[in-house]
Amino acid sequence: MSEIRTLIVDDSSVMRKIVERSLRQAGLDLMVVHEAGSGTEGLDLLRAKAVDLILTDINMPSMDGLEFLRQIRAQNLAPGVPVVMITTESSEEHVKQAIMAGAQGYIRKPFTAEQVKERVLPLLTAA
Amino acid sequence: MLLNGVRNAAIARKQGGGTNEMEHTMAVSLRESVQLVSDPRNLDASVEEVFQLMLGVACRRDSGPVLHEQESVTAVVGFGGLLSGACVFRSSGSTAIRIAGLMTGMEFDEIDDTVKDAIGEIGNMLAGAWKGKVPDLAANCGLSVPAVITGRDYNLHVQAPEFQLHHAYRFGESSFDVTIVCDGLQ
Repeated sequence: MSEIRTLIVDDSSVMRKIVERSLRQAGLDLMVVHEAGSGTEGLDLLRAKAVDLILTDINMPSMDGLEFLRQIRAQNLAPGVPVVMITTESSEEHVKQAIMAGAQGYIRKPFTAEQVKERVLPLLTAA
Repeated sequence: MLLNGVRNAAIARKQGGGTNEMEHTMAVSLRESVQLVSDPRNLDASVEEVFQLMLGVACRRDSGPVLHEQESVTAVVGFGGLLSGACVFRSSGSTAIRIAGLMTGMEFDEIDDTVKDAIGEIGNMLAGAWKGKVPDLAANCGLSVPAVITGRDYNLHVQAPEFQLHHAYRFGESSFDVTIVCDGLQ
């Protein structure tokens, strides 16, 4: 898949840059990268912009990543667009919660570009 | 005061997990596995993993004390749930700038918001990696968002913790320390 439009949601601007760099290192052809510092900001962006891939942190102030994901599904924003959670939380319980909320992928921080590639590329191919 | 704030934030975040999760939490106890939770090797492995994967540097435990020249930068991430306490990362300003540079590929000449953000994320990943070493801890302990403090001549004091790990580390010429403070274990 070429010319991917991506939304990266994380309250840390440093992590947003690292995720973007990892996607590029993974060989993704990123046409546009939208950044949001919170779930609320992410929802606003999705109402205005079309994207092909969403990556979101879980632990964020005000609206966390799980609630952000539930809102995407509840409001039918970005239908069919794969969502990957990127988070320090690594327990089976957290993975289960993310999947139940509608996530297609889960990447634990810290991560390598290779791990990003393994988790993200199959989702884009399937889409 | 700050430790109470981040810990309370982590507890609130953990309690937002829903009824089923809370019921599960009630059935699990970490009291029986305190030796596993406080195993110092978990902290060393977490630090090595985070620095190798996010900065591309080999980081090793250092026996000497960390000398905090001039301004220092501290990230505090609170734990809440079956374990309450905090993970505290502390380095000199120059080490913080070096870490931020390695993480972002950018150059910094002062401790600006991006450097503080990078150090907060290091604290967040260290706390997450450390609790991830013990499955019951990973599943039943929440993290607060990081608080970052900059300043001179300050110390961290916790009265009568359940346990405390305090290790110094080094990569190249840079050094820092990481403290895990547990002031409540259920």
